[in-house]
Amino acid sequence: MTTGIVTASYIIAAVLFILSLGGLSHPETARRGNAYGMSGMLIAIIATVCGPEVTRGGLPILMLVMLIGGSIGFYAAKRVQMTEMPELVAMLHSFVGLAAVLIGYATYVNGTGEMHGAEKTIHEVEIYLGVLIGAVTFTGSIIAFGKLRGMIDGKPLTLPGRHWLNLSLALACVWLGHSFVNGGGLLPLLIMSLIAGAFGVHMVMAIGGADMPVVVSMLNSYSGWAAAATGFMLSNDLLIVTGALVGSSGAILSFIMCRAMNRHFLAVIAGGFGTAGGGPVAAIEGEVNPLSPEDTAELLRDASSVVIVPGYGMAVAQAQNTVYEITKHLRERGKTVRFAIHPVAGRMPGHMNVLLAEARVPYDIVMEMDEINADFPATDVVLVIGANDIVNPSAQDEPNSPIAGMPVLEVWKAHTAIVMKRSMASGYAGVDNPLFFKDNTRMLFGDAKQSLDSVLKALHS
Amino acid sequence: MKIAVPREVHAGERRVATTPDVVKQLIKLGFEVTVEAGAGAAASYADEAYVEAGATLLSDTRALWSSADIVLKVRAPESHTALACHETELLRAGHTLISFIWPGQNPALMEQLAATGATVLAMDSVPRISRAQKMDALSSMANIAGYRAIVEAAGVFGRFFTGQITAAGKVPPAKVLVIGAGVAGLSAIGTAKSMGAIVRAFDTRLEVKEQVHSMDAEFLELDFKEEGGGSGGYAKTMSDEFIAAEMALFAAQACEVDIIVTTALIPGKPAPKLITAAMVASMRNGSVIVDLAAEQGGNCELTVPGEIAVRQGVSIIGYADLPSRLATQSSQLYATNLRHMLTELAPAKDGNIVVNMDDEAIRGATVIKDGAITWPPPPPTLSVAPKKAASVVPPPAAHGHGAAAPGNPLTTLATLAVGALVLWGLGAVAPPAFMSHFTVFVLACFVGYQVIWNVTPALHTPLMSVTNAISGIIVIGAVLQISTTTTIITLLAAAAILLATINVAGGFLVTQRMLRMFQK
Repeated sequence: MTTGIVTASYIIAAVLFILSLGGLSHPETARRGNAYGMSGMLIAIIATVCGPEVTRGGLPILMLVMLIGGSIGFYAAKRVQMTEMPELVAMLHSFVGLAAVLIGYATYVNGTGEMHGAEKTIHEVEIYLGVLIGAVTFTGSIIAFGKLRGMIDGKPLTLPGRHWLNLSLALACVWLGHSFVNGGGLLPLLIMSLIAGAFGVHMVMAIGGADMPVVVSMLNSYSGWAAAATGFMLSNDLLIVTGALVGSSGAILSFIMCRAMNRHFLAVIAGGFGTAGGGPVAAIEGEVNPLSPEDTAELLRDASSVVIVPGYGMAVAQAQNTVYEITKHLRERGKTVRFAIHPVAGRMPGHMNVLLAEARVPYDIVMEMDEINADFPATDVVLVIGANDIVNPSAQDEPNSPIAGMPVLEVWKAHTAIVMKRSMASGYAGVDNPLFFKDNTRMLFGDAKQSLDSVLKALHS
Repeated sequence: MKIAVPREVHAGERRVATTPDVVKQLIKLGFEVTVEAGAGAAASYADEAYVEAGATLLSDTRALWSSADIVLKVRAPESHTALACHETELLRAGHTLISFIWPGQNPALMEQLAATGATVLAMDSVPRISRAQKMDALSSMANIAGYRAIVEAAGVFGRFFTGQITAAGKVPPAKVLVIGAGVAGLSAIGTAKSMGAIVRAFDTRLEVKEQVHSMDAEFLELDFKEEGGGSGGYAKTMSDEFIAAEMALFAAQACEVDIIVTTALIPGKPAPKLITAAMVASMRNGSVIVDLAAEQGGNCELTVPGEIAVRQGVSIIGYADLPSRLATQSSQLYATNLRHMLTELAPAKDGNIVVNMDDEAIRGATVIKDGAITWPPPPPTLSVAPKKAASVVPPPAAHGHGAAAPGNPLTTLATLAVGALVLWGLGAVAPPAFMSHFTVFVLACFVGYQVIWNVTPALHTPLMSVTNAISGIIVIGAVLQISTTTTIITLLAAAAILLATINVAGGFLVTQRMLRMFQK
């Protein structure tokens, strides 16, 4: 294949990738979008493998590793539980990061050839940046994976003077970069990789569990920038385009998530959520009204409109199928049942939608916060399943609350709100929730799955 | 503002426009409430209970009307025999009257009311939009009428509703046919069902089939191929063949069922005659017909409005005051409808009402504004529009496509200027090849930005996994490097290919798996 045909294939692939992302604007076109993405990837890889830069000697090993890699990916994708999606995505991000680091090193070892002057400097800066972003993505994603898996404590790690630590790490990277470009050799690159790795670890460690959706989408963005940097390094336009697409996609997602929490992107990245807050938060007093699953069924039976608010608790308890059974039961009896999804419910953007889709909940009864918030006053029963901060009225009424100003689902405006929780513990943000003490709130304590099973049984009887 | 609740003067009317519980809530809204002595007696609400709730009692009817700003009633004003005057004469300019009015049926009354210069809100003219449901007194009264229809039928009917097998023999369950599955019909279905009867329902609107099924009743369908009519419309769109088929169905059912409840009404027209004298004759002795359309002429040819007529052994109940026969319940629901109306009228909760003619619900109910007849209201706007107007102002942080929202123009300009300067600086030193790559990069960022904003939030997880798969394109970088003679580069590249391929395969497949689950 000539260079011209390879370039043409790259253009086709780039267009297919853009169509692929465009297809995701609606569930109906999304599958076609994914198919576009696959064909784009296939075309790009075949064009490169058949292109002039791959010789016959490299082919066997190329085929072998691709086969192994493909099988591992295939196996992982088949086996993963939908509740484990955030972990899988975080893990895959780390692979892109590591790949970028490896390619950066390989490019460095390959030498700068006949380049000199500004061209050489820019090439070296590209290598340096590619490795830097790759390393941060790699270690950051590993830590995010650990946190999502529960292997690492979800609480933010707040080292004393952590902002200064970050700043000094950044300055060190700049200084090392300077010495690398000025003929410093491999050593500055290696040290920088270590520092960047440490930076990635520290950055994600400092971010609380409730901010995980931001972290995951941010790492998604980084993996894109890493690919784009690699593209610059290798003068490959397809890599640049694709990397930029992915990078901006992740950046927008992070922005959406931050906005859903009414927080600044930098504040999330700086970490230590839950430690802020200007003054003392008013203590909450009152009694909670516990409820049995049978009474819950009774309330649901009497209601004509029901809204279900799922949270991470539903994912943890794997209760989505029971939720759907209940939904089906209620809908067959002519009740209006809808789902209200807060943008940051769960541990990654859109997490709840995927779980509900897995349980075969039709997507047209799954509403966004803005669509449904005005309807709560006309709702008979709201069922909150394992969600806390996203239904916390403090965000609106308590200016000193750490979550003040965050848009929340106004479930307390409904006639009755039933909150399912394991215990009276506060949410990830560590904030007390006055919702539990309201007159029209009933608490159904216990594991979400078990409680819902009992509710379903009571509904059937 | 002062609210007055007079005793109803219509003969046999037992309802009252407010209850002690609602009085408490009205006082919370900032109103003062005066109740005419004995107003709630027929609905089992004692005067003492009103006083306890915070209302003032007054036995002088004239003083009650003249002292009030707002008068709450159930029935439309009519002549007051005790005072020897018409109730409209008690109304003054500046007063607000809220009650049933039926402006379409009572043009003379409307003239009289308009002459007083008062403002009149008709509870029967509240538009049927979802936001106004809480004020929809027609529905709450229809619900009661449906319930009471079954209770009346059970009182006259000589047998159990439920089937039983006892030592004294087997009792077959009663069979009930409900014609017209509106609010009253559905309520009758539910009541009859809960008493154990076998219930069938018929309605020309096929869309209510689901609602009938939801009440666990049987929906009767005509053995008649529809030809366009019957989906949304009423008898107007019904062809003669349809009506013939319908009547044949009723005739067949009449021989079979024990109780028929008819609720068929066409707005602004006399009730359609659905049960003929012959059908009545074909019913078993002791059967019962409850005609909820009696006031509008009745669905049965033999109905005598206001009475129970017995014809050929069949009792035909033609009561037109079924809600009043359940006065405690209907007063409570009606009073709550009124309270919701007052809450809408006094949004500031300071006890002062504002008749906001821009509010669709209030506009619809207001039939006379300061002496000017405002009925009928303009045709309702699309039901979507009021919903939007009613929705709370979105929190400032959540504006649609937020990032695209225009910021301060100066800031934008400054950002652009700085960006341009940086680019020029870069262009001055960088080689042309780099600049062309950079062009591609910047353009791709913008394309990504535009495309991603269109992604529906429900698909954010698939978006992440598909972008993740796409970022596996980095594999190309490694592929380009693998064909070298340097072992270390080959090793590094091979490892990179391995990782990136996992990413590509895993990412795309898991996205596909996820997307396959999204279904309507």
